[in-house]
Amino acid sequence: MSPGYVELFYLVATALFIFSLHWMNDPKTARRGVAAGAAAMFLGVAATWAQPFVVNHGWMVLAVVLGIAVGYPLSRVALTAAPQRTALSHAFGGLAAALVGTGKYYLWLSEGPEELTTFRMVAIIAEVILGCITFTGSLFAAGKLQELRWIPQRPVTYPLQNVFNIALLLVAVGIGTWLALNPATPEAAFLFPVVIVIALMFGILLIVPIGGADMPTVIAILNSYAGLAAVAMGFVLENNLLITAGALDGASGLILSIIMCKAMNRSYLNVLFGAFGSAGQTAAQEGGEQGEYKADTPQSAALIMEQSTNVVIIPGYGMAVAQAQHRVRELYDHLKKRGVTVRFAIHPVAGRMPGHMNVLLAEADVPYGDLVEMDDVNRDMPQCDVALVIGANDVVNPAAALDDSSPIYGMPIIEARKARTIFAIKRSMNPGFAGIENALYFDDKTWMLFGDAKHVVGEIVKELSGDAGTG
Amino acid sequence: MKRRRYLPQRVITILSIAVGVLGLALVARSDPVTVAEASGHAAGETDYWPMVFVFLLSTFIGLGVIRRVSRLLHTPLMSLTNAISAVAVVGAILIAGPDYPPEIRLLGGIALFASVTNIVSGFLITDRMLKMFKRDRSE
Repeated sequence: MSPGYVELFYLVATALFIFSLHWMNDPKTARRGVAAGAAAMFLGVAATWAQPFVVNHGWMVLAVVLGIAVGYPLSRVALTAAPQRTALSHAFGGLAAALVGTGKYYLWLSEGPEELTTFRMVAIIAEVILGCITFTGSLFAAGKLQELRWIPQRPVTYPLQNVFNIALLLVAVGIGTWLALNPATPEAAFLFPVVIVIALMFGILLIVPIGGADMPTVIAILNSYAGLAAVAMGFVLENNLLITAGALDGASGLILSIIMCKAMNRSYLNVLFGAFGSAGQTAAQEGGEQGEYKADTPQSAALIMEQSTNVVIIPGYGMAVAQAQHRVRELYDHLKKRGVTVRFAIHPVAGRMPGHMNVLLAEADVPYGDLVEMDDVNRDMPQCDVALVIGANDVVNPAAALDDSSPIYGMPIIEARKARTIFAIKRSMNPGFAGIENALYFDDKTWMLFGDAKHVVGEIVKELSGDAGTG
Repeated sequence: MKRRRYLPQRVITILSIAVGVLGLALVARSDPVTVAEASGHAAGETDYWPMVFVFLLSTFIGLGVIRRVSRLLHTPLMSLTNAISAVAVVGAILIAGPDYPPEIRLLGGIALFASVTNIVSGFLITDRMLKMFKRDRSE
């Protein structure tokens, strides 16, 4: 196949990728988007593979078969594990970019050092640094999300952390710049791995201070990096398809991280270098005199909910951890049967990745028409009889609106406190992942339901269905 | 009321997609180099401006398109863009495929494995998630 045809295939693939993302604007057309994306990928692979200089078919088929063997099980994971899977897949993307960049550098170094122009070197260094940061950063994030025992869950902070991290990155960029200017010197072949090692380290150090509540933003940022690494690869290989598809991915990560940052009222830099956890812990210690909380039973919660007309359920990460989404759907069904209006209020950063709650509720067969966004539900909150908070914490914390000393002050929240009655399902009175005390639990209108979310919601459902039997 | 406000935005997005694709087509035509080795062009003469333009235009298209993605679908969106960024598979083939020294091909092979993993798992899980989104029970 001549390069002309290859370009034509790439062009069609690019258009399909754009339409693929365009169709994601509506759940009705979204599956068509997946088909378009897969078709585009097939065209890109076929056109590249069919070129005459590609000869190692056996070796490549082996890699493809192994990739399918690992990729298929990864597509079958439980949807509560979707954040980990996504992070892991960012790691694979970063790895691929770093390896291709490294391979191309040593190839040119041995076969034609004059090919290593400044432009190409800048692109290679960008590709390798971005790829390595994405690789270790995402691996570490995936480990945190999977709650592996040897990875600290709490944000780890130490003095001069940011100074050290930024200095490290500057060293990598400095060596990279030197390499770009002197790519073919004998030292270069040895300095190149130094850049790789520093970038790998930086990826881990970047994620170490980040807590669970910030994960949605961090995953989005890593998504963006994976895309930019593909763009840099496109510059190295002079390949337009890599540039276009990588740029689409980079744009997507950028938009998602901006949405996440806005939903937390924080800046990009603040998420990456803010060390949220340390500030949160001091706040938790200060807020000692909160008063009393009141515990209640699932039975009386059931009684109150079935007599109300308007119930808003606010799910959070706790629902995902307890795998309670199916029980929650049963609750939704029972209340609907009794003519109660039930809606789900979804905060943009609820859960551990963008859109996490929506996917879990869709999995449990809750129609998406009843999933409402924060701004829409807040208007109706004063008319709401019951707000049921299931494993959500920071996203309903009134401190974000009222307490200007709180680390989450200014973050838009779902105003559960404005409902007539609030039930909060919670494992215990420990502060949430961010370590911030929540005044909602001490409100006069709030009743705590202690226990595992799945168990508590199950008890409420049992009560409601028992009633249906006798009545 | 709210919908009406979005109408011009929709037109602008579609127009920008059209203009962008056209721009990409022109740029792709004006860039005769696909693979440096294959076409054997002189060293050190990368005309990189067309590529920078391609990058700029596609970023703007991406921003326009993705801004309109439903918030419901942010998780599937992320797994879909994951799969799309596995387009790095093209780079992996270009390193693993040609008659290069074995260590280079090894790097390419691992990169190919990693990208194919992302393609397979990314598209499949996206489709699996999207199947679950229903407006009401009758669908």
